[in-house]
Amino acid sequence: MTNTIGDIETADVIIVEGSNTTENHPVISTFIKRAATLKGATLIVIDPRRLKLTESADKWLRLQPGTDIALINGFMHVLIEEDIYDKKFVETRTEGFEELKKTVKKYTPEYVEKITGVAAEDIVNTARTFAAAKRGCIVYCMGITQHTTGTDNVKSLANLSMLCGDLGIPGGGVNPLRGQNNVQGACDMGGLPNVFTAYQKVDGDDARIKYENAWDITGLSPKPGLAVTEMVQKAGEGELKALYIIGENPLVSDPDLNHAEKAFKNLDFLVVQDIFLTETTALADVVLPSFCFAEKNGTFTNTERRVQRVRKAVEAPGFARRDWKIICDIANRMGYPMNYPNANAIFEEIRLVTPSYAGITWERIEKEGIFWPCPTENHPGTPVLHAKQFTRGKGLFHAIDHRDPAEMTDEEYPFILTTGRLLFQYHTGTMTMKSAGLNFLAPECFVEISVNDAERLGLENGDLVDVVSRRGKIKTKAKISPKAVDGTLFIPFHFANAAANRLTNAKLDPVAKIPEFKVCAINIRKAA
Amino acid sequence: MFKDYYQILIGICKTKSQRYHKKNHKVHIDIKDFMEYLYFIYICNPVKTAYFKRGNPMGKENTIEINGNHFSFEPGETILEVAQKNNIFIPTLCHLKGATPTGSCRICVVEVEGARSLVASCAAPAARNMVVHTESPEVIKARRTIIRLLLSSGNHNCAIRDFDSKDWTQFQLRVLEEDGNEDLCPAWGDCKLQDLAYRYQVKTKGLPLSECQYPIEKVNPFIIRDFSRCILCGRCVQACREIQVNNAIDFGHRGANTKIIAGTDVALKDSDCVFCGQCVEVCPVGALTSTHDLELERFAKTKKVRTTCTFCGVGCQVEMTVQNNKIVKMASAGEDVAPNHGRLCVKGRYGFAFVGSPERITVPMIRKNGKLEGVTWDEALDLVASKFTGIKDEFGPDSLGVFTSARITNEENYIAQKFTRAVLKTNNVDHCARL
Repeated sequence: MTNTIGDIETADVIIVEGSNTTENHPVISTFIKRAATLKGATLIVIDPRRLKLTESADKWLRLQPGTDIALINGFMHVLIEEDIYDKKFVETRTEGFEELKKTVKKYTPEYVEKITGVAAEDIVNTARTFAAAKRGCIVYCMGITQHTTGTDNVKSLANLSMLCGDLGIPGGGVNPLRGQNNVQGACDMGGLPNVFTAYQKVDGDDARIKYENAWDITGLSPKPGLAVTEMVQKAGEGELKALYIIGENPLVSDPDLNHAEKAFKNLDFLVVQDIFLTETTALADVVLPSFCFAEKNGTFTNTERRVQRVRKAVEAPGFARRDWKIICDIANRMGYPMNYPNANAIFEEIRLVTPSYAGITWERIEKEGIFWPCPTENHPGTPVLHAKQFTRGKGLFHAIDHRDPAEMTDEEYPFILTTGRLLFQYHTGTMTMKSAGLNFLAPECFVEISVNDAERLGLENGDLVDVVSRRGKIKTKAKISPKAVDGTLFIPFHFANAAANRLTNAKLDPVAKIPEFKVCAINIRKAA
Repeated sequence: MFKDYYQILIGICKTKSQRYHKKNHKVHIDIKDFMEYLYFIYICNPVKTAYFKRGNPMGKENTIEINGNHFSFEPGETILEVAQKNNIFIPTLCHLKGATPTGSCRICVVEVEGARSLVASCAAPAARNMVVHTESPEVIKARRTIIRLLLSSGNHNCAIRDFDSKDWTQFQLRVLEEDGNEDLCPAWGDCKLQDLAYRYQVKTKGLPLSECQYPIEKVNPFIIRDFSRCILCGRCVQACREIQVNNAIDFGHRGANTKIIAGTDVALKDSDCVFCGQCVEVCPVGALTSTHDLELERFAKTKKVRTTCTFCGVGCQVEMTVQNNKIVKMASAGEDVAPNHGRLCVKGRYGFAFVGSPERITVPMIRKNGKLEGVTWDEALDLVASKFTGIKDEFGPDSLGVFTSARITNEENYIAQKFTRAVLKTNNVDHCARL
């Protein structure tokens, strides 16, 4: 997030696009709902589903899945056409405006209506409302990113925010909501194939030399590595021989599971380090038991870049060990000494090589977390990014055209499938499905379908259905829901026994390598 | 010094002239009132000064006098807020920070000089030169009446019920008999009403107990609703409608039949309730409790640990209650603590069973003849190290890959990528950010 969670309550207009906030980030949704219902903010929800959040919204724009770029270009067309964008911000803080102007020229409200299904009038009104806001806040989530155009979707939202001059101010910003407790931290810490900590590029000589010195080694690879999704592909092709998986269950969460399963089976050696046996440990050669969050000391970085303490509350079961200790033990056996007395010592090393974390100490975050970047120990941290300038200096507009999703509906597969999470379960359910209470509230998989579609197919609530795509088939129950809109079906991906990811498309965004979980073509019929 | 206290005592007695007799400057008081007097002197705020000090030394600034001391305030702040900021105790029951003050329970009443009656401090804004007494005899009297009425309004079968202190068994039998509800209150010891009853020494002697017409609701996995203990303070309604904005519950029915209802008075599980448990967290009494509260050991060694929730990227600050190496309760770390400011969701509050689950893996395992078998750490780690080394030597570093994790800590992620880059010598490290 460029801004803080608390900031949301101070916004004048909030656009929530591609985020089922009340279910995936329930606590952040309280800030959005409070802003809309108690503090007078205008809330605009843009989503293919009639989400719970639309009940608190002033306007719900129902767009066809995978048409976000067109819609945002439509907004920008209106802003430029009606000359109501923030000219001062555009002039002083950005570049590439002319290109953008040229590209969005053709995205007239009428043209955009044809692509997105959002009424031209609503496009014009929304653009005007957002332009009129002093503090316009954009919140988005996986509904924006999990597309083959994911990177461009994000850039489009950044375009819109810059055009309205909403970046660098409290109550504004472009705010992605991170799905897992420490996704932000894992990225910050260099748990990515192309960067070290704090996004220092592995193919940059300076960073590599710095790291070689810090780690007292030579020969760090300058070649960016493979993303998760690519590693699975390479495993299938036989190029990747061994995988070491820590705290993850890709055999439920990966796209096109039937294919992924074959790829994992093709590995020579699979090590899984986890707290439970999962669908993935079922294929493992070695399973290593580790600690869960309540058993260890350390830090998580939340979605607003706030580095916060995690503290040990209980003892871990049996012979389980700390994740870092296990990794260090393997390193030592492979001839590279990695020894730390405790997690705090590791954090001290992180500070030395990570400029944005350099000023943060465990002592400083004892009571309240600090927002990175925090370069020095007397720096207060940075709640709002890009206040005076962007990381690259001027903000760059990206002129982007709409592209169709990788798979479109046809006669054989006439429905669009979109996947996501439920409030009462979390990701692959490894943790939440151990709670009888949560299982009581969300016991099994279902496919969410609109009343009209159900009627047309002769389906009743609870009927067993077969859902098929080009890649696989699952059997589940139909759930007629007011959230569903005709033609679009939703399946939660938590449940291994009816895994939505047997259906999903593994086509990736070319830059972010994120799979298109939010659009694929399927068909549904009553189970025989 | 003592003279001052004596003067105060006289003051107290004057206000309670019905109950006291002055004879030749001597006062006859019974032991209960003497305790009250001691309480004034030693426990509560320095009332003494309130009786002797007057005038505002700060001039025309925004100051207010509370119990004889002057405090500055921001326009719009309530008397309660000014008092709390300055560590002056004013009891509250219905007040909920961040929500609109309703002033419905009246327990926070204070005496404001010049006002016709006592004032609800949670709703009354501080005004310049206001003179406030937070524990004056009038105030105490009012609070005791309120507490007495609240206690008699429902099934508050804890130690404050009037009984013969010599016969505990008799008391318990009577409680069971009288209540028609054999459940002992799970909030015992963690009940604001009970605290206040102790503080102001109120018992329910002589007051009839109202019978509750609504049965207890237990038909969901997390929240128990015991209407017999509800004091209708409305905090749960405010938490639901103004803090979490889930709009699942509200006041329903009328008059003596008033009840907190979900939807059209259905069970929580059939309503819009999302089981965030905010209502339970703010309930001052035993009306709303969590199912797992009953598992708490009352006098076990209890540890409270502040940490960060492990579900989703919001990073809610939570307070875990731990007994016997088991997490028995999860609550927010407080309404002033960012980023969640006292709010949690159903997973954060009730989804921690996995931590102590018997299904946790406890030993390293190696697949032998197609089956995973428990082995020692040495055996497992030696195998991993030799396999990684062998594959790296034979097929090159890029034939190896590591999935680090968005669930583990920063420190562990750092170690995982360091291992991948420095030991395996590849950049094939990534995690589930995209999935």
